[in-house]
Amino acid sequence: MRAFLIAFLCCVLSPVMAAAQDLQTVLQRYAEEVESPGRQTVGVVIDDLLAAELPTAPAFLGYWQDRQIVRNQDDGLFYRAGEREGETLELIDLDSGEVAMAVPTASVTEVRPNGGVRRELGAALVRFQLADPDPAVRRSALASIARSPDPDQIAPLDASIADEPDAAIRDEKVRLRNILAARFGDTPEIRVEAIRNLGGSIAPISRAALAQILSTTEVVTQGDPDGNVARLLDVGRDLTRVEAYARLVDAGLVPPRVSDTDIRNALIANIAEGTVGGWAVTELDTVAARRAAYVALEAEGVVPPFITEEEIEAALSDHTIALVYNEDDPAITQAAEQTLAGIDRRVAASNGADLAIDAVSLASIYFLAAIGLAITFGVMGVINMAHGEFIMIGAYTGYVVQQYVPDYTLSLIIALPLAFVVAAAAGVALERLVIRHLYHRPLETLLATFGISIALQQLAKNIFGTQARPLTAPGWLDGQWVMNEIIGVSYIRVAIFVLALLFLGLLLFILNRTRLGLEVRAVTQNPGMAASMGIDPDKINMATFALGSGIAGIAGVAIGLYGQVTSEMGANYIVQSFMTVVVGGVGNVWGTLAGAGLIGMLQKGIESFNPSNTLAAQTFMILFIIIFIQFRPRGIVALKGRAAGD
Amino acid sequence: MRNDVFKPSTLLFLGALAVFAIVVTIMAGQGMVSTSFVKTLGKTLCLCLAAIAMDVIWGYTGILSLGHMAFFGLGGYMIGMWLMYARTETLVAPGLAAQPLPPTEGEVRDAIGSQIFGVVGSSDFPMIWMFADSLVLQLALVVLVPSLLALVFGWLAFRSRVTGVYLSILTQAMTLALALYLFQNDSGLRGNNGLSGLQNIPGFEDVPQSTLSLSFFWASAFALAAGYLLFAWVVSGRMGSVLRAIRDDEQRVRFLGYQVEHYKLFAFVLTAAVTGIAGALYYPQAGIINPAEIAPIASIYLAVWVAIGGRGRLYGAAIGAAVVSLLSSWFTGGAAPNIALGDYAIRWTDWWLVLLGVSFVCVTLFAPKGIGGLVDLLQRRLPVDRTGDFGPDKGSKRAEETAQ
Amino acid sequence: MKLRSSLLSSALILAAVPLAAQETTCPVQVGVLHSLSGTMAISETTLKDVMLMLVDQQNAAGGVLGCDIEAVVVDPASDWPLYAEKARELLTQQEVDVIFGNWTSVSRKAVLPVIEELNGLLFYPVQYEGEESSRNVFYTGAAPNQQAIPAVDYFLEELGVEKFALLGTDYVYPRTTNNILESYLQDNGISEENIFVNYTPFSHADWATIVSDVIELGSDGSQVGVISTINGDANVGFYKELAAQGVSADDIPVVAFSVGEEELSGLDTSNLEGHLAAWNYFMSADTPANADFIAAWHEFIGDEDRVTNDPMEAHYIGFNMWVNAVEQAGTTDVDAVREAMWGQEVPNLTGGTAVMGADHHLSKPVLIGEIRADGQFDIISQTDPVAGDAWTDFLPESAVLVSDWKDLGCGMYNTETETCVQLTSNY
Repeated sequence: MRAFLIAFLCCVLSPVMAAAQDLQTVLQRYAEEVESPGRQTVGVVIDDLLAAELPTAPAFLGYWQDRQIVRNQDDGLFYRAGEREGETLELIDLDSGEVAMAVPTASVTEVRPNGGVRRELGAALVRFQLADPDPAVRRSALASIARSPDPDQIAPLDASIADEPDAAIRDEKVRLRNILAARFGDTPEIRVEAIRNLGGSIAPISRAALAQILSTTEVVTQGDPDGNVARLLDVGRDLTRVEAYARLVDAGLVPPRVSDTDIRNALIANIAEGTVGGWAVTELDTVAARRAAYVALEAEGVVPPFITEEEIEAALSDHTIALVYNEDDPAITQAAEQTLAGIDRRVAASNGADLAIDAVSLASIYFLAAIGLAITFGVMGVINMAHGEFIMIGAYTGYVVQQYVPDYTLSLIIALPLAFVVAAAAGVALERLVIRHLYHRPLETLLATFGISIALQQLAKNIFGTQARPLTAPGWLDGQWVMNEIIGVSYIRVAIFVLALLFLGLLLFILNRTRLGLEVRAVTQNPGMAASMGIDPDKINMATFALGSGIAGIAGVAIGLYGQVTSEMGANYIVQSFMTVVVGGVGNVWGTLAGAGLIGMLQKGIESFNPSNTLAAQTFMILFIIIFIQFRPRGIVALKGRAAGD
Repeated sequence: MRNDVFKPSTLLFLGALAVFAIVVTIMAGQGMVSTSFVKTLGKTLCLCLAAIAMDVIWGYTGILSLGHMAFFGLGGYMIGMWLMYARTETLVAPGLAAQPLPPTEGEVRDAIGSQIFGVVGSSDFPMIWMFADSLVLQLALVVLVPSLLALVFGWLAFRSRVTGVYLSILTQAMTLALALYLFQNDSGLRGNNGLSGLQNIPGFEDVPQSTLSLSFFWASAFALAAGYLLFAWVVSGRMGSVLRAIRDDEQRVRFLGYQVEHYKLFAFVLTAAVTGIAGALYYPQAGIINPAEIAPIASIYLAVWVAIGGRGRLYGAAIGAAVVSLLSSWFTGGAAPNIALGDYAIRWTDWWLVLLGVSFVCVTLFAPKGIGGLVDLLQRRLPVDRTGDFGPDKGSKRAEETAQ
Repeated sequence: MKLRSSLLSSALILAAVPLAAQETTCPVQVGVLHSLSGTMAISETTLKDVMLMLVDQQNAAGGVLGCDIEAVVVDPASDWPLYAEKARELLTQQEVDVIFGNWTSVSRKAVLPVIEELNGLLFYPVQYEGEESSRNVFYTGAAPNQQAIPAVDYFLEELGVEKFALLGTDYVYPRTTNNILESYLQDNGISEENIFVNYTPFSHADWATIVSDVIELGSDGSQVGVISTINGDANVGFYKELAAQGVSADDIPVVAFSVGEEELSGLDTSNLEGHLAAWNYFMSADTPANADFIAAWHEFIGDEDRVTNDPMEAHYIGFNMWVNAVEQAGTTDVDAVREAMWGQEVPNLTGGTAVMGADHHLSKPVLIGEIRADGQFDIISQTDPVAGDAWTDFLPESAVLVSDWKDLGCGMYNTETETCVQLTSNY
């Protein structure tokens, strides 16, 4: 209503006020709207500002968009906010661009246009920005066109292409020009050609343009439908019978179905002296009885006829439900169909690749979480339920370091080794105090370390509180690595992947190429014999445990960087980690890698079937693993020798 | 050990249980014990029943199942379905009867369905509620569903010779999968909301909760007594000997010609069924069941109770469950006095889990026989033995348990 | 004197209230049923503190009915069955006159049967999914039409959102809210394929695929908006992933219903700036009443950095209404207080007046705020007061239901068949 009024006023007044005026005058006319603009109503103000052809208007729109405009409550005028010093704020006059006054911040109202309004402002600014000397401004103008394409933009875009100095921006401009031509071109020939040109790109905006051209409307007709028909809808496959009949009813072509509820209401409306349609009310407690009574009423002519299944069938076969293109020219829609089909194939391939990358990323996280466990569980045969808490300890170490070292890069460099040391120390303490005494009783190790686990979790809660703590990644890990418009992976996940690879290499090196590794393998295979050869199994066990726990600590920092640091974060990974180790095969680093890979792929694969339910994916993944272990109890990479039992 | 069902410890346990039940009843009658405390005690008895089942499968057969609370929860869900259905039926009946037309069966079901599933934005009964209107069938399901799950899972696992810690982790994965499944709304059991209002027993709306709580307390006591007798019978005699032999050396028993898998499966399914019954008695007293109840942690606690109480003896498991769960509610209930340490006060609501965790480690390390070991001390039969007399002998290799 | 005048006025206003049973035993006991340990402690401890503050304030102002008020605090330890147990203890052993408590819907559903059986009185301060109106509960938090629907309207009208991603944690509040929103969006011309619904478990961390799916929604050039009912610490990973994939609030705005000042206070908010939240209260509301409330809170808690949030305001309104109702009824008797509650008015902290309806829901204004870098909200939209709707109009089953305890005496009345479906709640 308000919008209408403003529009009306504007129409009446605009010829009068086209004469010389300043910006403030125009703004004051719409003071309310400028102060708290709405997306659907702000257009009038913008149109009027631009119609007045004031030199300051484009700049003002930019300030408005950037939320630099304030309104002084004393004089009701709008200013641009200048320097802020303590409680005072400089106000800059919009017309002259000079500092007008300084006032207390309390006496101005900030004008804060919302996202929708700012998009409108951006669209209005486009034509001034396409030739702006600053490339960033030109880019944002192009982004603005991409967000809301409009036929009016063709002319200014065309004009700006020739003088564009930056090659990349020129390409983008040409592409946008092409998209605009595809949708709004003057002749079918221009449009078809533009559409064909779109085939090379899988950018969302190209697909969006094609999808717009191919938008359809559903029509219901008796006989063949008119217009540019996309396809006929098949009852049974595209629509259920009930839905299809409802479409016919909506189109006013057939009488509505009489549902059980309708029957009930009709019967109730026609009850007379305890009977209806010749039936006693008390008998009407079955659907069949109610239908019979309704048919009786129908015979009396007091209710609309009951539509039988046969009648529905007949009606459906008499009518056609079709999707008709909103675009009338079949040549254009055909070209768009073909181009889109080509793009869709490439999009599907990209989507598959993207899914695979997500799966690899998830697998590397599982691998990092589980690799420490693979060492302690796989190599030493020790079940450490407190492994998750070492992950947590590492993450909290990272958090604490960030409290003291504000530079995120430096703090990460400190946190990674420190997390290793802290978690390794905790691991050694656990091994010396508890696990050492239980080497011959694996089940009891499981329970004792579980006791440690709940104690550590609660301790973390007591120290750090139950709320998630921030562990912020340094700036160079922000953003994502974009391979094309669809395939992208955030740098933090790339970093985790690299970290996982590093540890894989490091572990393989330690286990296969160093003295320590040799001794570890010896103790794993036969502790008695190893001891006879002069290896101290106690020392080796301690070193292995320190290594496994320390890696868990580093994994904690990595997981904390992309997720959240809570006292329960370790517990969230422990079951998955055990399954990773067990599925992969115990006692083998490659096995853990295979296990993590399988679980990551599985989870993402199942998720892609039903993206709206992540829980279901997890449930089915676990079920699959349970069944998998039945058939390959020793895991994917089964180790020969005594460590694997028998 | 003598192969006798009615050995002194059994008689002593049953006697103590009877005295306890009578004392609680009298005290409740005098108003010395509150209704909610009677409920707590009744629930504790159900936990004791689950714990002795756990003891049979772990302490006697040597299978550390970290998934028995899944059976407990399933039992609760099965009885909960009937409780919700029947109670909702009595709630909607007057409204339906007041309408001008007598309701059809479909309408009754729809009305109940929209009441039960309204909170999760649906009104249709899922398939699994098929028998919810019949108490008898749901009671049968209390036993059948946990048994069936245990049968399928156990058959698969034992057949492929998954043992030791691998089996523990598999059972944990099973309960995690079940909990995650139930957390989904699509599971048809109201997702995270679970089933609630179970303390209101349909048909007994007029009976005050004080009476109901005592009835359930007695039912739990009887179930515990019956379960104790059943398991005492199972673990005595030939069956018990074979089970213990499997615990100590599975390969040797197999070579002696016993079908080890069948014995293990029998113990697994039987304990699952009894745990299901315990759950079916527990949740009407708790009033609400949701998937968090069968998260892996719950099953681990069950193992902890048995370990602290003392494995390999039924009364030990029962005592462990009772002591730890009652202590736990005392500490977390805020009733335990805080300890002031200068600037810092130890609030037991915060520190109880730390205490529990540490004391649990200590029990494992220094008193593997748990509380039950005290009995031996009293009888001066054995010196304190850090390795215990269950699990492989000192002479056996650790490969026995880590096998596969 | 004060007591007598209030007695007199209550007699005049509510002649129906029996004046006989009005002996109130001092002190008046107020139960506080909030978890002080376990996962919910982080949210609920604050509400316990705010209740203690309100009780102190009221005692300093002369208590109620000439008696001091005493808060009885219990700890249900984030364990849902324990809520029911503690509620029974409060009502039967401590014999409290009213309970303020609960946070999660599950815990409320656990407590409901006990409260209804023993005819207690509960004030529930958290935004919730609706579809409930118990005789014995007053809902001072927002129903879906007081938070979710206005936020969606804002998306539709102000931001021009054409495709919606409804992301939630998998439990009852997101489920029901999203059901209502789906149906509301379809009524507003958003077709089913333009609505993407996804549920994740609590503490979910792996957001990459879901965020990609949301971005993919906008591949046809439509404006996409996210309605988030994601709960608790899963939000951290979600906003981090949004930032990592280069999505700003301008590209894809997110409006959250479970992220408030308290949740932001422990977070790095740089990733969240510009995203939205819908509540009935923001700490940044510029009114004298709010300034007083914040000052009193800081003084009570002894920490200038502590924030205030929406459920705290709900308790503030609920407690003051209860005090007024008790004064008006002249007794703490549940039935009398219940009847005196209808139509109670208490000023909001954000301006205007909250009114308690006969369906036990409040009428409050809805605010939409934009997250600032300092963890506070810029209020960018404020509606007129909206009356809470116990049974949503946007689901066919509940559109025919109304709650009116005053005239119909029923919390679940079917307007089509004109019958009271049931008097006790479904749990």
